Amino acid sequence: MEKVFKTFAQLSASFVFVVLVATVAVLYITAKPAIEEFGAHFIIEPRWGVDVIQKNIPANAPPTTSTSTRDSIKPASSAPVVNTGVADEALDDGDDMSIDDEFDTDESIPTDDDMDTGQSGLPGSADRNIKTIYGGAVPIVGTIFSTLIAMLFSIPVSMGIAVFLSEIASQQIARPIGIAIELLAAIPSIIYGMWALFYFGPFIASVFGGHSVSLLIAGLVLAVMVIPFMTALSRDAINTTPNVLKESAYAMGATKFEVLKDIIFPYAKAGIIGSIIVSLGRAMGETMAVAFVIGGIFQFAHKVTDATTSIPVVLANNFSESSGMSMHALFYLSLILFIVSFITIFFAKYFLMSKR
Amino acid sequence: MKNKMEIKNFSFTYKGAKAPSLNQISLPIQTNKVTAIIGPSGCGKSTLLRSMNRIHDLYPGNQYDGEILLQDKDGKHQNILAIKKENEFIRLRQKVGMVFQKPTPFPMSIVDNIAYGLRLTGLKNKRKLHEQVEKSLRDVALWEEVKDRLNDDARGLSGGQQQRLCIARVIALKPEVILFDEPTSALDPLSTLAIEEMISELKQNYTITVVTHNMQQASRISDYTAFMYLGDLIEFDDTETIFIRPSEKQTEDYITGRFG
Ligand SMILES: Nc1ncnc2c1ncn2[C@@H]1O[C@H](COP(=O)(O)OP(=O)(O)O)[C@@H](O)[C@H]1O
Ligand SMILES: [Mg+2]
Repeated sequence: MEKVFKTFAQLSASFVFVVLVATVAVLYITAKPAIEEFGAHFIIEPRWGVDVIQKNIPANAPPTTSTSTRDSIKPASSAPVVNTGVADEALDDGDDMSIDDEFDTDESIPTDDDMDTGQSGLPGSADRNIKTIYGGAVPIVGTIFSTLIAMLFSIPVSMGIAVFLSEIASQQIARPIGIAIELLAAIPSIIYGMWALFYFGPFIASVFGGHSVSLLIAGLVLAVMVIPFMTALSRDAINTTPNVLKESAYAMGATKFEVLKDIIFPYAKAGIIGSIIVSLGRAMGETMAVAFVIGGIFQFAHKVTDATTSIPVVLANNFSESSGMSMHALFYLSLILFIVSFITIFFAKYFLMSKR
Repeated sequence: MKNKMEIKNFSFTYKGAKAPSLNQISLPIQTNKVTAIIGPSGCGKSTLLRSMNRIHDLYPGNQYDGEILLQDKDGKHQNILAIKKENEFIRLRQKVGMVFQKPTPFPMSIVDNIAYGLRLTGLKNKRKLHEQVEKSLRDVALWEEVKDRLNDDARGLSGGQQQRLCIARVIALKPEVILFDEPTSALDPLSTLAIEEMISELKQNYTITVVTHNMQQASRISDYTAFMYLGDLIEFDDTETIFIRPSEKQTEDYITGRFG
């Protein structure tokens, strides 16, 4: 029995690593063609699904031919990539190619000839080569800024509520508010998104100007969404401060504010930072609440009241109609999100440990 | 009145409690002497001690009756139960310091722990702060042990060292009265001895009240002893009298170990 239990525990533990490694592997392998195609430039390239005409490609180089844009109406042919130079790639994309052809014929007749010759791997398409560019800069910047805005608002508000609940309010008040906070934390994010689209967004737009979808609104919705979460966790952390410790500070003539600043926050620091990081992770990966209100357009927000997009929103909006290179690019984007989240958590852990 | 503190007909009822936890306590706390409060667990020793710096008031709704007088430097008396303003509470607690049962190092470095109270009073001068820190640490015989790691987290010290640090922290503020609530009950015998010696030293400069349930400790370190039982003060006298010729049967039973 002892042994069974031990084995089971070990298996469960290794499961964590299996999932982690499998996730990274799948992300990486699927993203690989896009990584090879676009490299690190992907991160600073703001265009997504834009066709560019390439000239002066050597005749013996593998001609890359791509047609249509991501805005196309037919889902299956939205953004196919036909890489005729690589045999297995061509095989993989065989389905796309046929659909591609049909689509091409009724959309862009002039390229038809090029396509045919290109697919047979013959030179001749070299003088007029269309390549679709995918770049993640807009959603990456959108994700970073919407998360930053969310943190900017949620951290002070959450700390305020947490301090109020644990140190200032009486039990009769703290109890019901605490329960309400926990209920709020359990609301599915799509409901926040709908609420924001219909009420919160227009309200913010009427105060700050701009549209009812914007980076600011996305950030604020994220803030509203993570506040209950962050509050509940930091309140619990604050509540772990032993009473005697607070009493000894009061017994030296400290005021409530001084006890908070010098005793409670330093004591509960690990838990509070933990709550911020968990919330940060949630905000960064949040899809539904943001999808409603960020606008989802591939454009940098020059003002906070402009619409833009974020990584999870791009993924959610485009996956169903992606294949080929656009699919690889989406995976590249999700790999970036994964890495950024991972680094954040890693830094947080490192910070917490070094302060211990 | 020559006493540093004078507790008069003092009753205390916790919030929501049906009966008072202390009944009509009258007790003098003499200047520059050690007064021990002994009695079985739950008799109200801590409750009484915590009334003397009004630390109870962190939790609202408790009820005080009677008077607790505190003599200030020019001989006048103030009833500390009449205090209502925050800054008066702060002044009271700077005059009446408290050391708790378990060591409570603050989550900061050793030097900051000691300097904390001084900084609260507005002292900013680095050199003065350092002088005070060193002096307080010397007073509790901790200086030699920690002088090379003053900037380490205080929570890394041993239990006995932590408790001495907490005492140093209190005396750095130069209080007039120091309250000890079972300061050695969480410590090993050697640390206990060190703290007992220190308390005997400190009485030259401070008025001290010690709560203890260890009768040997009370007899070793105190000049006066009060015996409490179930919220009543049964007997108060010189320590010698209490331990050799107590006038109350209950006191005798307790110190001879027949109950408690
Ligand atoms: N916070 C509190 N609320 C209500 N009753 C309390 C509280 N603290 C202590 N008491 C009661 O007051 C009495 C005295 O407790 P205490 O002063 O801690 O005793 P001692 O320190 O002598 O062991 C006990 O009966 C205890 O149950
Ligand atoms: Mg006690």
